[in-house]
Amino acid sequence: MILKKLIATAALATMLCSVATADELTVVSFGGAYGAAQKQHMLDPWVAATGHKILSEDYSGGIAEIKAQVEANNVQWDVVDIEVIDLERACSEGLLEVIPHSILKAGDDGVAAEDDFVPAALANECGVGNIVWTVLYAYNSEKIGATAPTSIADFFDTAKIPGKRAMRKRPQVNLEWALLADGVAADKIYEVLATEEGQAQAFAKLDSIKGDIVWFDSWSQAPQLLNDGGAALAQSANGRIFAAIQKDKKPFAMVWDAHVYDLDVWAVVKGSAKKDLAFDFIASATATIPLSGMPDVAYGPTRKSSTALVDPAVVPDLPTSHLDVGLKADGIFWADFGESLGEKFNEWLLK
Amino acid sequence: MSDIQTINRPQSKIILLTEQEAGFARKEVRRYRRTAFFMVAPLLLFLLFAFVAPIGTMLHRGFYSPVVANLIPTTLEHLTTWDGENIPDDATITQLAVDFKRLAADRTSGKFAEAINRNMPGASSTIKSTARKLRKVEDAELKQNGVALLLKANKKWADPQIWFAIRKAGQTYSDTHYLKALDLERNNQGELQIRKSAQIYIQLYTKTLKLALYITLTCLLLGYPLAYYLANAPAKSANLLMIFVLLPFWTSLLVRTTSWIALLQTNGVVNSFLMSIGITSEPLEMLYTEFSTIIAMTHILLPFMILPLYSVMKGIDPTYMKAAMSMGAKPIPAFIKIYLPNTLPGLSAGALLVFIISVGYYITPALVGGTDGQMISNIIAFHMQQSNNWGLAAALGTLLLVLILALYWLYDRFVGASNIKLG
Repeated sequence: MILKKLIATAALATMLCSVATADELTVVSFGGAYGAAQKQHMLDPWVAATGHKILSEDYSGGIAEIKAQVEANNVQWDVVDIEVIDLERACSEGLLEVIPHSILKAGDDGVAAEDDFVPAALANECGVGNIVWTVLYAYNSEKIGATAPTSIADFFDTAKIPGKRAMRKRPQVNLEWALLADGVAADKIYEVLATEEGQAQAFAKLDSIKGDIVWFDSWSQAPQLLNDGGAALAQSANGRIFAAIQKDKKPFAMVWDAHVYDLDVWAVVKGSAKKDLAFDFIASATATIPLSGMPDVAYGPTRKSSTALVDPAVVPDLPTSHLDVGLKADGIFWADFGESLGEKFNEWLLK
Repeated sequence: MSDIQTINRPQSKIILLTEQEAGFARKEVRRYRRTAFFMVAPLLLFLLFAFVAPIGTMLHRGFYSPVVANLIPTTLEHLTTWDGENIPDDATITQLAVDFKRLAADRTSGKFAEAINRNMPGASSTIKSTARKLRKVEDAELKQNGVALLLKANKKWADPQIWFAIRKAGQTYSDTHYLKALDLERNNQGELQIRKSAQIYIQLYTKTLKLALYITLTCLLLGYPLAYYLANAPAKSANLLMIFVLLPFWTSLLVRTTSWIALLQTNGVVNSFLMSIGITSEPLEMLYTEFSTIIAMTHILLPFMILPLYSVMKGIDPTYMKAAMSMGAKPIPAFIKIYLPNTLPGLSAGALLVFIISVGYYITPALVGGTDGQMISNIIAFHMQQSNNWGLAAALGTLLLVLILALYWLYDRFVGASNIKLG
C-alpha cells in the first residue's frame, strides 16, 4: 500500500516536473544592464502574456557553447542573443534554425515587418535583429587634462593625449582602428586588412602604442578602468559607458569617431525542443514596443516604428545617430580571418 | 606462487603442500583477489570515464579530422590523381561543383568552409559565396557546365592554392595540428618547414615552463621556512598558524585572484601605500604583468607546497640535528647534510605538485596576466572558445601532457619517484 502510494507520488512528481519543463524556455544573453533591459522589455512581458516560464542565462558571446550543445545532441539553450560577427558562421555551420520572416509581427504603425526592420536586421536567415550597438572609446573628463580627444587618430597619439589605453584583447576592432588612424579610408578597411601588407601596417600602428595599452577581456572592465584611473582612454561597448554616465553619474565622455558598429540578433539553437515557443518569443520580443525599450541602455532599435517611440533626449546617444562616422563590422571578413589574425595577434602580443 | 605453496618450518626444512592443500590455497588467493577487484571497481570505472576516456579522446582528436572527408568524398578521390601543377582536371572540378549544391542544401557548406579556411585564411567566404551561387543551379546544368560555373562563381578557384588546401584538409588522419602546435607545417609538396604565418606555440610553452619554475621557486622560498616553523612550534600556535595556511586554501580561487587585482591595480592598495610613504611618486605598473601572475599564483599554490613539507618535517626526529651538532657540526652544514635530505620527499612532492598545477593553470593568468603573463592554457582556451579549432586545442593539450610526463620521467631518473611523500 505504502509502496503504491510512493510510486504514485513519484509518478505525479515526474509528471509535474515534465509539465514544468515543457513550457520553460531558456533564453541566453549577455547580462549586465543590457540583460536587465531585455528582461524588463522583452522577457517579462512575454511571460506575463503567455504564462510560460523563462530560464534566463548569461554568456560572453562566441559560438563555442552552441557548437558543443548541437554536436553533442544535447541542446540546453533555446533562444540566444548572438553578435552578427558570430551569426554568419553559426548559421552556415548549421548551428541555428532558419527563422521564417512570416512569424514577425507588423509594426505598430501597420507597416509590414520586412519593411519596418532596417535591412541589416533581417540580412541573415537565422537571426532577427535586436539592437544596433557599437564599440567606441571613452575618457574620464575629470582626469583627461587640458586637451580632450576627438578622433581615432588621438587614440593612437600618446604625445597629444598621454596615458594608458584600455583595449579588449582580440584583433577585432583594434586592427580596424589602427588602419583608420593610419589614414586608410573607411570603405577600404577590410579590403586592406585582407592583404599581408595591410595586416603588417595595422600591427605596426598598434606597435606605436603597445607600451601604453592595458588589455582587458570583458566589456565590464572598461568603465572600471576609466573609473579607477587604470586607463586614460578606454575602448568600450557604448551601452556600458552610457550606463555609467546615466546610472552611476560618472563624468565619462564618449568619442564617436570611427566607432565600429554591429547588430545583435535573436536566434534559435538548432534542434531546440521548443522551437515553436522560441519563435513565438522572438516574434514578441522584436515587436515595436519591446524594441523601443532598448535605448534604455543606449542601444539603437532595429525597427523604424520603434525609433519613432524613443525619448528624443536619448537619441544623440544611440549608435544609430552616428552611423555617418562609423564603420560596420564585417562578419564575413572575420569569419575568413578571425582565426589567422587571432594567431598573428597573439604572436604580436608575445613580441 | 612458491611462497604460498611452500611453508618454512622451524627446522628450516621445506615441506611441499599436498595437491589438495595447494588447491585450497590457490582458491583462497583467487577469492581474495576477486574481492579486492570488486572493492576498487568503482574507482577503476570512475578513472576510465573521467580520466582515460577524455584524455584518449583528446589524443585522438588531435589527429582525427573527418569533416572534409565525410563531406566531399568523391571529389577527394578525384583529387588523388591531381599532379599539383595546375588546377585539377575538369572531372574533379565538376564533381566539386555538384558537391557544392548538396552542401548548400544540407547547410554544411559552413563546416566545409571552416575546415578549408584553417589551411588558407580567406577561403571561407569564397566557399560560402560559391555555395550560395550554385545552390539554385539545376543538376543537369551543373554536370554539364560545372567547370565554367565554379570558375565564374569566384576567381580563387583558378588558383591551385585552394585545391592544395582542400586536399590537405581532406586527410582523415593527419599530423597538421601537432605540427602546428610545434610551429611547423607541411608545404604543398609535403615537406616539413617552419610555419610562415605565425610562430607562437613554442614561445608559449617555454614561457609557461619558465613561469611555472618561478612560481615553484617562490613557493619553495616562502613555504620551506614556514613549514619548518609550523613543524617545530608549540602545538597551540602551530594549529593557529595552520588555520591561516588553510583558510585561503578553502577560499574560492576567484575571490583570491580578484583580491589581487584590487591590491595591485594602478590606484590600488599597494600603489597608494608605496606612494604615501614616498617610495615612488608614480604608481608602479604591477597588474596585468608577468609579476602579477607569479605573485597571485604563488599565493594560490602555496598550501600545496607547505602541506607535504609540513607533514614530512613533523616526522623528522629532532634528535638527528642535536646529534649532528653535538658531534661538532656547525648549524648550516648540519642543516644541509642532515635536515635537508630528510625533507626531500616532502620537498619534491610539493615542488612537483606546484609545478604541474601551475603549468596547466588557466583562470589566474587569464585574469591578472595581461599580455606578459599569458600561458599555454590561455591559447588553448582561445582555440576552444573563439576560433573553435578543437583539433589544434587537443594537440596543444596533448603536447602539454607529454611535456609534463617527460618532466616527471626526468625527475624519476634523477631523484626517484619513490621519494615523493604527500603527507
